[in-house]
Amino acid sequence: MTAPRDKLGRPVVVVTGMGIMTSLGNGKTDNWAKLVAGESGIRTITRFPVDGLKTTMAGTVDFVSVDPFSSTALSERMAELVTQEALDQAGIGAKADFPGPLFLAVAPVEVEWPQRRELGRAVGKLDFNYDDLLRISGGGKYSAYHHRFMFGSVAAYLAETFGTKGSPISLSTACASGATSIQLGVEAIRRGETDAALCVATDGTVNPEALVRFSLLSALSTQNDPPQAASRPFSKNRDGFVMAEGAGALVLESYEAAAARGAKILGVIAGCGELTDSFHRTRSSPDGKPIIGCMNKTLADASMTPDQIDHINAHGTATPENDKMEYNTTSAVFGELVSKIPVTSNKSMVGHTISAAGAVEAIFSLLTLEHQRIPPTINYDNPDPTILFDVVGNKARDARVTAVMSNSFGFGGQNASLILTREPA
Amino acid sequence: MTETASKPAQTEVWITGIGLATSLGEGLDANWAALQEKRINVDEKGFAPYIVHPLMPVTFDSQIPKKGDQRQMEAWQRIGTYAAGLALDSAGIKGNKDILSKIDMVVAAGGGERDLNVDTGVLTAEAKGANAPGFLNERLMSDLRPTLFLAQLSNLLAGNIAIVHGIGGTSRTFMGEEVAGADAARIALSRIASGESDIALIGGSHNGERKDLMVLYEFGDFNLKDKFAPVWARKDHAGFALGSAGAFLVLESKAHAEARGAKPFAKLSSVVADLARRKTPGDMTATLEKLWAKLPKRDGKGAIISGATGAEPATSEERGFLKGHAEFPVRSTGTMFGHTMETQFPLGIALAALSISRGALFPPNDSTGTEIEMQGAPTQIVVVGAGHWRGEGMALVEAVS
Repeated sequence: MTAPRDKLGRPVVVVTGMGIMTSLGNGKTDNWAKLVAGESGIRTITRFPVDGLKTTMAGTVDFVSVDPFSSTALSERMAELVTQEALDQAGIGAKADFPGPLFLAVAPVEVEWPQRRELGRAVGKLDFNYDDLLRISGGGKYSAYHHRFMFGSVAAYLAETFGTKGSPISLSTACASGATSIQLGVEAIRRGETDAALCVATDGTVNPEALVRFSLLSALSTQNDPPQAASRPFSKNRDGFVMAEGAGALVLESYEAAAARGAKILGVIAGCGELTDSFHRTRSSPDGKPIIGCMNKTLADASMTPDQIDHINAHGTATPENDKMEYNTTSAVFGELVSKIPVTSNKSMVGHTISAAGAVEAIFSLLTLEHQRIPPTINYDNPDPTILFDVVGNKARDARVTAVMSNSFGFGGQNASLILTREPA
Repeated sequence: MTETASKPAQTEVWITGIGLATSLGEGLDANWAALQEKRINVDEKGFAPYIVHPLMPVTFDSQIPKKGDQRQMEAWQRIGTYAAGLALDSAGIKGNKDILSKIDMVVAAGGGERDLNVDTGVLTAEAKGANAPGFLNERLMSDLRPTLFLAQLSNLLAGNIAIVHGIGGTSRTFMGEEVAGADAARIALSRIASGESDIALIGGSHNGERKDLMVLYEFGDFNLKDKFAPVWARKDHAGFALGSAGAFLVLESKAHAEARGAKPFAKLSSVVADLARRKTPGDMTATLEKLWAKLPKRDGKGAIISGATGAEPATSEERGFLKGHAEFPVRSTGTMFGHTMETQFPLGIALAALSISRGALFPPNDSTGTEIEMQGAPTQIVVVGAGHWRGEGMALVEAVS
């Protein structure tokens, strides 16, 4: 049998397993039901005191517990659960023996406040400095914290648990990380290095300092009451994104390998692209060229033209700048089609899952293809008159969807796009 | 949908640019001279009892002209952005917009440089009784510099390099301590070799003069204390001395380099990496042996540049591997530069390429006999990078024939 190749002569990369977790719940079934019903997972934070904070809500995953708690431990546990779901669906390999590499999008790891405070208390003095902290850190009492707060700790745990092959890669491209993890998997399969790849993205970093950091950059919505109405993509009164937690996992395989083992094909990663913006640390180049270039590269990678895209799963963070920029750049790429292609932002309901968002939204895009139903952008009751997208506002819409573009843009000039299709083109 | 095409021919990948800013100096000549003189720059007092290899001061303005850019970064990012600029200069592509607009960056990064005053301010106030529920929130909201976050984010090293040097291709940041440096080289090499990319900037940077990092490694008793010794001589006094360094490389397909008349330092023939379980003694040695077997055939005049940290048991495991290849002269970057974490592997590749291009391996600096003299010019150097806690990588750097 001839190996199925795309128009550029590369192996076609398909998805055979997916797992997802967001503030809406655990698993594809629960998430999809709530997503198309227009439910919000955003709520007032109860994990830690919110006194003194400007933003007091987030899309936290409170139904998963880890002990001792840390954002890294929560990220790891969520990643493990979604990976298990994806592997159960794919039915690939054997238990603890996944036949390919792991690409993990994960938030940068650091020692967190609970551990730092524990250390502070252990000094046993009223006045002290960092040298005092350093002096009591050794001796083995805190060795678990070294292991926990290595950047590679989550990937290593997943690699050992699921038996992925080779050196697992932990990556960060900020808010585009999830898309990058998929892109790395696609490339490895296209190069013929592997028949399968496990792409996982996770983020459990709703903690005080993370919230303060984004708050100090004026990136977060402060419409705290009611929390469900805070995330307002494409609305005139949008005022920032809502931090959220979640994870997504995808089993990627070459079409040939998936077909050979009779696996059910859930969709195709038809194209991926990325382009760096060197304009500013947090803002896009005003001419939008890097984002336009990113979308065009992705279309070229998929050997597709704009008229073949019939749905856009937007980055849609609900920051004043992102949504405007996303509309302008999408217009430049899609021309007149821009007002005819249905667009939605999952972040209106699940918030911005940061490092996980690219994978979470790729999975929602694949579920959109499967169900031929586009989830709504909720809180869309005051449309921004300058954003002329066909926003799927407030209510899910049945539609014929054959190809979805999913966009992710991040701090540090990171832009990444994916094109997902139902069948190999 | 069943069009077929053969896999693109695997192309040769050259190292055409090297940028180094280390504890031994800035640039290739200064680092090479220090290596020849067996000069090691350690500070045993500033962080006593801990030992660090501090950055030899550089004039950041020469690579990061805007003070505003410098202010937006913490030291680890400034070091890296500086070294990346040196690599672009070395490759002769600084300011070349056509090439810079398509460079694929793969950066190995840590992050999280903290404001120690803010941290101790919160902790001492709490020790003195501050316990209102919103105390931490209020202090962080008022005390953290708004842009500090951007100096902490791992991918903002790549972001700053893009801004300062005008790079507009792609940008990926790998994390995961030492092996992230090997994986950065591995992925960039695969992409160029398969024709996905023509030219890449890879590397990393590390500020070893950080007490917040020392706390993290002290949790595992990994810091070298009291007295400096070469890496191989630390068996009974184990640990690593953190080092400050930035090391960046320009990797390029032979065709792309030739088309613009660029000369190679060496070629990067292979990069492999793995994750040993390290549950029982010998696991890591076995993984290194497996990686060694995966490298292309070595029939030239060979040597090994090791990134061994001095931490145990990893260093003894690596020594066990090296014993099986005793005919290869070994050099330790950890002895000369300290442990630069994500940067150690790119640094090893840089020194391998430099040694090949200068026709000599730098001299040994070791009292245990692990490092032996080498006569003549090396044509094949294997770079070994085994993490202090996990992750193993290996690369083969060869003379261009």
